[in-house]
Amino acid sequence: MSLPITALVLCLTLPLLGAIATVAAPRHATPLVTSVAGLMVAVTIGLTSHVAIHGPVVVALGEWAPPLGIQIMADGPAVLFLLVNALVMAAVVLFSLAPIGQPGPRSRLAQTFWPLLLLLWGALNAIFVSRDLFNLYVGLELASLAAVALVAIERKRDTLNAALRYLLFALTGSLLYLLGVVLIYAGHGTLDITLLAGELGMHPTDALAIGAMTAGLAAKTALFPFHVWLPPAHAGAPAPASAVLSALVPKASLYIALRLWLEAAPGAGDAIAVNVLGWLGALAVVHGSIMALRQERLKLVIAYSTVAQIGYLFLVFPLALGAAGAAGSGVADSAWNGTLFQALSHALAKAALFLCAGLILEAAGHDRIARLAGVAQALPVTLFAFGLAAITLMGLPPSGGFMAKYLLVTASLEGGVPGWGLIVLAGGLLAAAYLYRPMASAFRHPDQESAAPFTTVAAWRQAIPLGLAIASLALGILPAVPHELMGGMP
Amino acid sequence: MTDWLPPLILATSLLPAVATFFLHQESHVWRNTLNLGGALLKVGLVVFMLVEVAGGTLHETRIDLVPGVFLLLRVDALSLLFLTLSAVLWLLTTVYAIAYFDHKPNLSRFFGFFSLCVFATTGIALSGSLLTFFIFYELLTLSTWPLVVHKQNAASMRAGVSYLLYSLPGSVALLFAILWLESAAGPVEFANGADFADLDSASQRWLFLLFAGGLAVKAAMVPLHRWLPAAMAAPAPVSALLHAVAVVKAGAFGFVRVIHDVFGIERVTDLGLGIPLAMLASVTILYGSIQALRQTGIKRRLAYSTVSQVSYIVLGAALVGPLALIGGLAHLVHQGLMKITLFFCAGIYDERAGIHEIAELNGIGARMPWTSVCFSLGALGMIGLPPMAGFVTKIYLGLGAMESGAPWVVAVLAGSTLLNAAYFLPLLYRIWFTPPPDGERPGERPLGIVVPAVITGLGAIAAGLLAGADFSPLGWATLIVERHYQP
Repeated sequence: MSLPITALVLCLTLPLLGAIATVAAPRHATPLVTSVAGLMVAVTIGLTSHVAIHGPVVVALGEWAPPLGIQIMADGPAVLFLLVNALVMAAVVLFSLAPIGQPGPRSRLAQTFWPLLLLLWGALNAIFVSRDLFNLYVGLELASLAAVALVAIERKRDTLNAALRYLLFALTGSLLYLLGVVLIYAGHGTLDITLLAGELGMHPTDALAIGAMTAGLAAKTALFPFHVWLPPAHAGAPAPASAVLSALVPKASLYIALRLWLEAAPGAGDAIAVNVLGWLGALAVVHGSIMALRQERLKLVIAYSTVAQIGYLFLVFPLALGAAGAAGSGVADSAWNGTLFQALSHALAKAALFLCAGLILEAAGHDRIARLAGVAQALPVTLFAFGLAAITLMGLPPSGGFMAKYLLVTASLEGGVPGWGLIVLAGGLLAAAYLYRPMASAFRHPDQESAAPFTTVAAWRQAIPLGLAIASLALGILPAVPHELMGGMP
Repeated sequence: MTDWLPPLILATSLLPAVATFFLHQESHVWRNTLNLGGALLKVGLVVFMLVEVAGGTLHETRIDLVPGVFLLLRVDALSLLFLTLSAVLWLLTTVYAIAYFDHKPNLSRFFGFFSLCVFATTGIALSGSLLTFFIFYELLTLSTWPLVVHKQNAASMRAGVSYLLYSLPGSVALLFAILWLESAAGPVEFANGADFADLDSASQRWLFLLFAGGLAVKAAMVPLHRWLPAAMAAPAPVSALLHAVAVVKAGAFGFVRVIHDVFGIERVTDLGLGIPLAMLASVTILYGSIQALRQTGIKRRLAYSTVSQVSYIVLGAALVGPLALIGGLAHLVHQGLMKITLFFCAGIYDERAGIHEIAELNGIGARMPWTSVCFSLGALGMIGLPPMAGFVTKIYLGLGAMESGAPWVVAVLAGSTLLNAAYFLPLLYRIWFTPPPDGERPGERPLGIVVPAVITGLGAIAAGLLAGADFSPLGWATLIVERHYQP
C-alpha cells in the first residue's frame, strides 16, 4: 500500500483499535489515548497536505471496484472534515487529561469516556470518507450510539432523560435513513454515490427515498423543528463531551445530506423541497438565537447557538440547487464553499466555546450568566478565547465565519434571492446579542460582598480553547488552501 | 506592483499589539518599549512615504484570499493624510497613556487592544478596496470595545452595550451594501471607482443610503450619535484616541472614500445625493453644538462638540466641490489636533485635580497653567479664531459651499461658530477670570501627560499659521484634491 492509502486506512482503523485497546488495558489508557490522538493529528495533517497537492486518494476495499466492492475516498472536503475532527478530538483529549474536570471518577473515565470518544472519532472519520450509502449508515449509527452514551456518561437523572430523548430522535432518524437506502438499492442496484450520480431521481420511488433519508438526517442534524433533543443533551453532557457533540456530530449527518443532494442527486431536488429546507434553516437561525438569548446558563446559550448555527448550513439547498443556483455556476460554488466554511469554522469555534464553558464551570462551580462577574480577572485567557470564538460565530472579520457569510451572502445576491443573505446577516446580529450577555457579565468587576472565590485553572488548559479559537480565525485569515480543497460544487 | 512598505507599516502596530498581550502586568519597561518603539518606527516610515508620495510614487500590496477576493493595501495621498494623523497622534497618545496609567492594573490588556485599535485604523487608511476597508472597519469596532469597557464598572459596561448596539447594525448595513454593489460590479477598488452600469438609479440610491447608514454610526451623525457621549466612561487616553483618530474619523474618512472614490462626484450630483447628506451633516453640526451647550460635565461637552465637528468633514465631502473637499480633509487633521488637545487636558484636570464638572474649573488657569493654556488653544481653535486651524477649515468650507451653490451652508457655519463660542468661552472665562478656591495646588506632573498636550496644542496653531506650506494639512489636502480633480 502506498503511503497516502495507508494514511487513509489509519484514519479509520487507528481510533477503533485505540478504543478496543483502552477497554482491554484501562490501566494504560492515558498514554494509549494521547499517543493515538497525536498519531491521528500527524496522519491527518499528512493526508490533508497530500490531497491538497496531488488530489483525492481513493481506495477500493478488497480491490473490488464498485458496484461489487466498496470505495472510500478522501477528497478535498473529506480531508478538511478529517482534519478539523482530529484537531477538535485532540484538543478534547488534552483537555480531559487534567485531574479536575474529568467526566466522572478516574476509573470510569478510562472505562467509558476514552473508548467512547475514540469510537466516535473513528465513526465520524468513516462517514467523511465513505462513498457508499450503506457504509454511511453504519458510520452514522455508530456515531449516534457513541454520542448518546457520551451524553449519559455522568449517569445523572437529567442527563439520562436528555440522552433518552436524543436516542429516540437518533434511532428514528436512522430508521428513516435506512428505509431510503433500501428503496434506492431496490431501484438502482447500487449504493455507490459516484455511480448513483445522474441516476438518482429517475426511479419512481427515488423521491420517497430521498425524502425519508433527508428527514432522518435532519432529525440527526437537529434542524428546526427536530432540534428539541439538542439543547438538553449538549448542555447536560460534561464540557469536553459537549465540545465534540456540538462541534462535529451534527455536521456528520449534514455531510451525508450534502453528499446525497448535491453530489448523488443534483437534478432531483425540486424547487419546493429545497426551499422548504432553506426555510427550516432560516427558522432555526431565528428560533435558536432567540432561545439562546433567553437562557440563564452559559452551556445552554452555547447549545442553542448550535441550533442557530446549524440553520445556516441548510441555506445551501436553495442557494445551490434552487433558482439561484441556476443563475450561474459561480453562485452554487459560492454557496457550497460558504457552507463548508461555516461547518468547519463553527466546529472549531463551538468546541472552543464549550471548553471555555467547562473551564468557567470548574473555576466558578456554576455557569449562571448573572453570576459570572470576575471571570475576566480569574481566567483572562479563557475569556479571550471565548471572545475570539464569538467573532467567528458572529461572522465578523477576520474569521472563518466571515468567509462563510461573505460567500453565502454573495451567492444569495448574485443568485437574485437576497432574502437568504439577509437571514445570514440578521443571524450574525442575533449571535452578537446572545454571546454578548455572558461576555459582558464575565467582564464586570465583582461587587465586594458577592465576590465568590475562583478555583485556579492551569494556564495550559486555558490555552486549549484559545488554540481552537485561533484555528477558526485562521480559516478566515488564510482561506486560500481550504477554499481550494472545497473546490466548489461537486 | 507589490510592495513591502504597506504591510510593514501595519506590522509596526500589529506586532506590538500581539506581543503586549503576552506580557506580564509588571513588565512596564518591555511594554513601554514595544509600544513606543512601534509608534516611533511608524512615524519614521510615514515620513518616508510622505516624501515618496509627494514625488508621485504609489505603493500597493495585493494579497489574494481566495480567487476573486483580495485585500488591497494602497498608499495614495488621501490614505497618507489619515495615516499621518493616526501615526503622530498614536505616538503622542502612547506617551500620554503611559504617564496617565502609571502602575494601574490590566495594562497589558489595555495596551494590547490600544495597539490593535491603531492597527485597524492604519488598515482603514491604507485600504485600497471596499472589502479591505470593511475588514479593518470591523476590526476597529471589535478592538475598541475592550477599551471602552476598560474600567469594568457599571457605567462603562453600559457604554460598551450602547457602542455595540449602534456599531453592529451599522456594520451589517455596510456589509450588505458592499456585497450588493460587488455582486453587480465586481470587486471595487478605490483607484478605479465602481461600475454602476448594472444598477438602476433606485438601487444606486438605496446603496448610497446603506453606505451612509453604516458610516454615519461611526461618524456619530444624528440620529446615530448616542453611543459617543456614552463612551465617555472610558479612560482619558481612550477618549482622546476615539474622538481624534480612531472611530469617528474612520466614519468620516469612509464618507470621503465612498463619495469620491466609489460613487464619484458626478454620480452623487446626478442622483442628487450630496445635498441631503450635507443637510444631515448640517443638522448634526447644529444639534451637536446645542447639546454641547446643555452639558455640565467637561467630557460630555467635549463629546457633543465632537459630534458636531466631525460632521464638518462629512459636510466637506458631501458638497462635492474642490474647495469644500479641501476644507473637509484639512479638518480631518485639524479637528484631530484640537480635539486630542482638549481631551488630553480634560484627562489631566480629572487625574490631577479631580475636576469633572465645568463648575469646578474656577481659577484653574493660575493653578495649572500649562494644561489650561493648551486647553484654551484647543477651544479657541474649535471656535475658529484666526489664525488657528479651525479658522482655515471654516473659510474653505464656506467658500466651497458658495462654489457648490449651497449658500445656506454659510449660515450653518456661522451659527455653529456662535454656538462653539457659546459653549467654549464660558469655560475659558472660568479657567482664567474667576478666583480659584482655597486648597492645595494640583501638580502638572509627570511631564508625560503635559508634553503631548503642549505639542498638539502648538500643532493646532501651526496648522493654521503655516496653512500655506506644502506639508501643512491644508497643503496636503490641496494636493489630494488637485490629483483627484486632474487625473
